[in-house]
Amino acid sequence: MGNSNSKDGSSLEDFGIEYASAVESTSLVNIKDKYGLFIDGNFVESSSGKSFKTLDPSTEKPLSVVTEASSDDVDRAVRAASVSYEKYWKKMPGADRARYLFRIARHLQERAREFAVLETLDGGKPIKESRDVDLPLAAAHFFYHAGWADKLEYAFPQRKLEPHGVVGQIIPWNFPLLMAAWKLAPALACGNTVVLKPAETTPLTALLLAEVIRDVDLPPGVVNIVTGAGKTGSAIVEHPEVNKLAFTGSTEVGKLIQRSAVRRNLPLTLELGGKAPHVIFEDAALDQAIEGVINGIFFNQGHVCCAGSRLLVQESIADNFIDRLQKRIELLRVGNPLDKNTDIGAINSQAQLERIDQLVKAGIEEGAEVFKPSCSLPENGYWYPPTVLTGVQQSHRVAREEIFGPVLVVQTFRTPEEALEKANNTPYGLSAGVWTEKGSLIHWMTERLRAGVIWANTFNKFDPTSPFGGYKESGFGREGGMHGLAAYLKNSGGRS
Amino acid sequence: MTGKIPIAKTYKLFIDGAFPRSESGRTFSVNDTEGELIANVSQASRKDFREAVRAARAAQLPWASRTAYNRGQILYRVAEMLESRKTEFVELLKSIGVNSRSAAREIEDSIQRWVWYAGWSDKYSQILGSVNPVSGPYFNFTVPEPTGVVGIIAPTEPSMLGLISRLAPAIVSGNTVVVVSEGHSSLTSVTIGEVLATSDVPAGVVNILTGDQTDLLPWMVGHLDVNAVDISGISPETDPALLEEAASNVKRVISRQVNEESLELISDFLEMKTVWHPIGR
Repeated sequence: MGNSNSKDGSSLEDFGIEYASAVESTSLVNIKDKYGLFIDGNFVESSSGKSFKTLDPSTEKPLSVVTEASSDDVDRAVRAASVSYEKYWKKMPGADRARYLFRIARHLQERAREFAVLETLDGGKPIKESRDVDLPLAAAHFFYHAGWADKLEYAFPQRKLEPHGVVGQIIPWNFPLLMAAWKLAPALACGNTVVLKPAETTPLTALLLAEVIRDVDLPPGVVNIVTGAGKTGSAIVEHPEVNKLAFTGSTEVGKLIQRSAVRRNLPLTLELGGKAPHVIFEDAALDQAIEGVINGIFFNQGHVCCAGSRLLVQESIADNFIDRLQKRIELLRVGNPLDKNTDIGAINSQAQLERIDQLVKAGIEEGAEVFKPSCSLPENGYWYPPTVLTGVQQSHRVAREEIFGPVLVVQTFRTPEEALEKANNTPYGLSAGVWTEKGSLIHWMTERLRAGVIWANTFNKFDPTSPFGGYKESGFGREGGMHGLAAYLKNSGGRS
Repeated sequence: MTGKIPIAKTYKLFIDGAFPRSESGRTFSVNDTEGELIANVSQASRKDFREAVRAARAAQLPWASRTAYNRGQILYRVAEMLESRKTEFVELLKSIGVNSRSAAREIEDSIQRWVWYAGWSDKYSQILGSVNPVSGPYFNFTVPEPTGVVGIIAPTEPSMLGLISRLAPAIVSGNTVVVVSEGHSSLTSVTIGEVLATSDVPAGVVNILTGDQTDLLPWMVGHLDVNAVDISGISPETDPALLEEAASNVKRVISRQVNEESLELISDFLEMKTVWHPIGR
């Protein structure tokens, strides 16, 4: 990950060797001046004529202009989805739905490089992550779910299965294409039609996916993609003909959506925020644990709902561990997301940068000690260096609130019981990590940690066959695996 | 000669294995079909509800930590205790307006429901869990775990089979519950509490409050230490806006047919946990 194998934390520059960048070419990507809404198989104008800019957060330069969907536009999209459900999708055999999904997976694989560059341009994430994580996983998600489309009765035997009909899906800006895949693939495999809203800061890969959807000849109206911000999202949530809602995003917005859905007894799945504990016992394989912690909090600039943002390290090794961690952080390369060597890219938006900055300041005010490496940051764009806060108390805001940035807070513990107590002391419950070489302790911890995904001696691993989702205020319902299908079928008989 | 005057039962709340009166000192009266007073029943307050949640929370981890085999035996024990008190329940249901044939059938079905769920205790996780073939050198599996503390609005009709149909699937996996019952069905609920108290169900696993469901509903859906609410029993006239506070801590809100029996009902109160571990030398 870094630019040196040196164990004492020195970098190549210390030896007078200059760093040579390896910037990915953008020539493959053809960004249009303006994008319409993808409704009923066509790109169309908004009835209101409103639009907004999407920019490259690493330069602050506008990339394109995107249409803002009004509630009339959302209504058009829902009606297209509804007509398409009756006309094509409901009648289509599962084996044929599968063929469309397999096609989408193949097109994503064929155009992976183009999608990866666009994802990095629009969102600011390092190209090595969009190339090696987002794209392969997005394609794999479609491929995996394609196979389910004609086998649903094996997942839920003795059930009279039925899709919901029109599904409304709202996704966040941290993994724009991957979240679209997580939402669309199971919904379509189960026979639903969709109105999907990507986040307002990262709409471009979803719109490129709309082109793919058209290229594979998916019947018009099966997938509709409407761009916009909160108002567009709430038009989807409130639309009376949407039969099921799925949302990934902040706990704050998730609660508003639940309020609306619970009043109407509307099926809902939520994948919300987190404040994952990452527990390191004294007998852990420390070199691997350090890499796990780095990946846990700095992957995708920490814009990860399941990020390992609370490090709990056993007191006996704490000083040594934090020292080694800081040396490792010195080696991280922060900068141009298109550079293949970049470890940490740009913060997704001005608003998010302000939130990170404000929370870290609050942490310092409450008494935390701050560590930041000596790296320089580019002049333009939104940047935040990898940061570690030590001396953090359980009551501090930085220990309780999701920062959603490259900021790790550190606490210590003496016994497994204390580690567990601190780990579970949060309203969230999305993920957790635990590192120890002792097998029985791993099982003891994983059994007691209140979280939906637990990584033992690893972190931030994802797979379409592996159910993902939260306990407590991190949401409900699962995405991926057989369990993820339940959200998109009526009468599935459990496994949700 | 004494013994001619019957001794009436005092209907009290069931919290943490004991039968206290409401701290509010309030009661409401329940009459039989002839209009004769059967009992003055304790009317639970918000504070009683909080006490019950505290008991349910304290009992949850120990209950979930019992082996599945042990929980299954305890649920079966409930069926045994119910079987031995059939006559009492027939009389009780008749007094609140159920005809004797229906009452007899309701009791048989209620006993069978405990037996059915008792058998699920060590089976649902094999049906609902999975080992997942991820693309990489990792052992990855998914297991169901109980959601935590569940609030249940007891169905008023059928009062016995309705409540038991809600209770058994919630507790079989290791959840603990706080039930709120109202009107005539309060008598059935409290009597079920007496059965549970003598069936080796640990104190606090099931807590039963009687009172006004509409009054207590907002405290139930808004309580931050309640993880899920089962509203199958709410009256159709309930203002749906009262349910919104469930979002304050992202509660699971469950609404089903009141006397269903299915694996799905067990899974309503489960969370799926997925664990990854590398495979290597």
